[in-house]
Amino acid sequence: MPVFIGKRLLVAIPTLLIISIFVFSLQKLLPGDPVLAMAGEERDPAVLELLREKYHLNDPIPVQYVNWLGGVLKGDLGISLRTNQPVLELIGEKLPVTIQLAIMAMIFAFAIGVPMGILAAVKKNTVLDYIASIVALSGLSVPNFWLGIMLILLVSVNLGWLPASGYESIFVDPVRSLQTMIMPAFVLGTALAATLMRHTRSAMLGVLSADYIRTARAKGLSPREVVLSHSFRNALLPVITLTALLFGELLAGAVLTEQIFTIPGFGKLIVDAVFNRDYAVVQGVVMCTAVGFILMNLIADVLYVLLNPRLRASL
Amino acid sequence: MTQDPVLSVRNLTTAFRTDEGWRSVVRNVSFDIASGETLAIVGESGSGKSVTSLSIMRLLAPGASRIEGEIRLNGRDLLGLSEKAMRGVRGNEVSMIFQEPMTSLNPIFTIGRQISEVLTRHKGLSKTEARAETIRMLERVRIPNAASRFDEYPHQFSGGMRQRVMIAMALASRPKLLIADEPTTALDVTIQGQILDLIKELQDEEGMAVLFITHDMGVVAEIADRTVVMLRGDAVETGPTEDIFHRGRHPYTRALLSAVPKLGSMEGKALPLRFPVVDTATGIALEPVGAERSVVQHQPILEVRNLVTRFPVRSGLFSRQTGAVHAVENVSFDLRQGETLSLVGESGCGKSTTGRSIMRLIEPTEGEIQLDGFNVRELGALELQRMRKSIQMIFQDPFSSLNPRMSVGQAVAEPFLKHRMGTAAEAREKAAYLLERVGLPAAMMSRYPHEFSGGQRQRIAIARALSLDPKVIVADESVSALDVSIKAQVCNLLLDLQESLDLAFLFISHDMAVVERVSHRVAVMYLGEIVEIGPRAAVFENPQHPYTKKLMAAVPVPDPARRGIRRGISNEELKSPVRPLGYRPPVRQYREVSVGHLVQVADA
Repeated sequence: MPVFIGKRLLVAIPTLLIISIFVFSLQKLLPGDPVLAMAGEERDPAVLELLREKYHLNDPIPVQYVNWLGGVLKGDLGISLRTNQPVLELIGEKLPVTIQLAIMAMIFAFAIGVPMGILAAVKKNTVLDYIASIVALSGLSVPNFWLGIMLILLVSVNLGWLPASGYESIFVDPVRSLQTMIMPAFVLGTALAATLMRHTRSAMLGVLSADYIRTARAKGLSPREVVLSHSFRNALLPVITLTALLFGELLAGAVLTEQIFTIPGFGKLIVDAVFNRDYAVVQGVVMCTAVGFILMNLIADVLYVLLNPRLRASL
Repeated sequence: MTQDPVLSVRNLTTAFRTDEGWRSVVRNVSFDIASGETLAIVGESGSGKSVTSLSIMRLLAPGASRIEGEIRLNGRDLLGLSEKAMRGVRGNEVSMIFQEPMTSLNPIFTIGRQISEVLTRHKGLSKTEARAETIRMLERVRIPNAASRFDEYPHQFSGGMRQRVMIAMALASRPKLLIADEPTTALDVTIQGQILDLIKELQDEEGMAVLFITHDMGVVAEIADRTVVMLRGDAVETGPTEDIFHRGRHPYTRALLSAVPKLGSMEGKALPLRFPVVDTATGIALEPVGAERSVVQHQPILEVRNLVTRFPVRSGLFSRQTGAVHAVENVSFDLRQGETLSLVGESGCGKSTTGRSIMRLIEPTEGEIQLDGFNVRELGALELQRMRKSIQMIFQDPFSSLNPRMSVGQAVAEPFLKHRMGTAAEAREKAAYLLERVGLPAAMMSRYPHEFSGGQRQRIAIARALSLDPKVIVADESVSALDVSIKAQVCNLLLDLQESLDLAFLFISHDMAVVERVSHRVAVMYLGEIVEIGPRAAVFENPQHPYTKKLMAAVPVPDPARRGIRRGISNEELKSPVRPLGYRPPVRQYREVSVGHLVQVADA
């Protein structure tokens, strides 16, 4: 197993390098000038030039890249052009917020999507299956910004049950934190739940028609044992791989959801950074996301191997 | 019969829901099985034999199927039981083993857990008790080192061993009835012999009733006391196995039996012989038209010398090569026009790899191949294309070897067009001619593969192989997936084509009886090597190599006189051709028994 993980981490290095070059050069191609954003009303060319000089924005792009990369290797992601805070500090501040949102959304997605998928597969072509499919399709087709706004109107404005926005750290005030997070997590989770449900259903359908399920039934096992133990454990394998891939969708969704509920998370950080041409922050956030994505997939692969005796043996 | 039957089935009718309403697939089937007795249900695909067994277990989807009639197990009506009570019967009083040992075990649970589950579920044993009992069962099915294999997963077992695990699972609860649904069909012939022996042995010890579902008349003759013959959902004949074989009354029974290739039926004949064609309505067999002919002794069209094909086995951090599968090892033979050379052997013996290496569908490692004037191993991409006009292949599975989105006319014409052998009109004409040639009306050209049966599809595949006017045809298990009567017809077609087109066949098969019927010469392969090669009559009537003898002894012969035959239980497995790096295969010596009959001299 350590060999397997080591191998995968080695492969991750060139991947991250390619991503960083790509993002770095793409940003420079974007129209707009960070210095203009920074200077605000001040348009004195001398001042602008000074700022450019200060932040090494006049250096050739490859030189800028190498400088940045050197910093990264020393654990320095640069300084935000907008707030003058170190990027690492910014990320450290915002990342936990988004991680909390993501975990809660995933819990929603699993709690809704997986049981619904199993049920739809077991009750294939019955009313239950059709209802599950319709719910899933609605979950996929309703844009989550719309769902978010509707929920705010209903739950917060009309019923007054939950706060419409804001954020509290879970370590400071857990109750308040959950109250503020539950709606955004639900909104973010529904779209994922729909995808998970569709995939769980098809994975379960494949497994349920397998020969070994017929064997399990011929043994006289109860439907519960057949479905939950013999079938689901097998169907879980493709679902795990899918979950890792959904991580990307989760981040994209988080950007929007955080905007709607004004949550000071990663998504908001990157949107603000892009609009202000805050290069160092964008670069840092993208790299951080890429690392997260690679880690998620690594975890999924490890789980996949652990759950699959056939692969476990080959390690 | 004096004692009460264990299982009594009366007027069993099973119907499936279709778009046009209920369609019955089993009609009015009745039979009894006493304890200690074996009843075989025999029939071709679509005869309803498996549905009958699943009906008894009530394993068909309840909404989509309807079971009528009476199924009594020790007097208790199974159809009247609640689903919950039925679960207490399944795996407990009635157990089942299935055809596919490779897929019938759950891949993510240990085999120990899967067997003990039966005991904890039905016998109320604790986990420790179940473990001890499971190990005892594994020993009873002769799995070596049973205790240490309890915690292993299905993929760590070979097919034959997995079927033993299935049997252990089925018998763990000491059922009164064992239903065996084609339990040996997917196994190699020597392994099949072991499993049949094991079932008989355990039946003797336990006294259970056995319902044996099969399509193989040889297996029926060997194992069944009584036999039910099914045809398209009806039980057309029921009786003692001997009567069915020797005094079959129903025409279909007689037709089925005469179509069965029977090992040893070619004694004293030198040349291939067509199968007798039997009218399923009248049961009258038309003796095969002789039209035997010998091979004109001209130059070989295909010469293979010292062919070696190995596949690297890689493992470790940097995927270094740690060994090699010696799939084909120093194989040499000739093939003449109008001649059939059969390669026989069990899985992993390298017979298919040999066929593919010759066509360079797989790159051989060493050796020399001369085919119709081409030095095959030296050819560049373009010449390789041209070479393939001379040699074509027919595959095993007629369901997956035709493109479902291409009409059969297009499929047959495609090679002709791709090789620019003529215009589109000529290709169409050729396709029409070839379809007629393989016994299909040319009017069917515009139809798609799904509209044809398995046998018809195999005919289409043959027509496609012929569209380039090849001289050699590699038939890789081409009739193995077909029903008995269809198999006979397709074999006859191949013989006809050989005669009129002077084709050379490299006939790759595991089926000794078919090989005996169609071959001029036979090569027996074992672990990548030819251990015996020679004229068919010499090899079959005077086998010399121990492996050839073992292979022939294992083939079930459709003769009820052999019932109760035991081969002496062994649990020997097929050996693996994987060798460590740097392994040097021993230099083999061959001894000539008679003209052209060569036998590998055993290791000194």
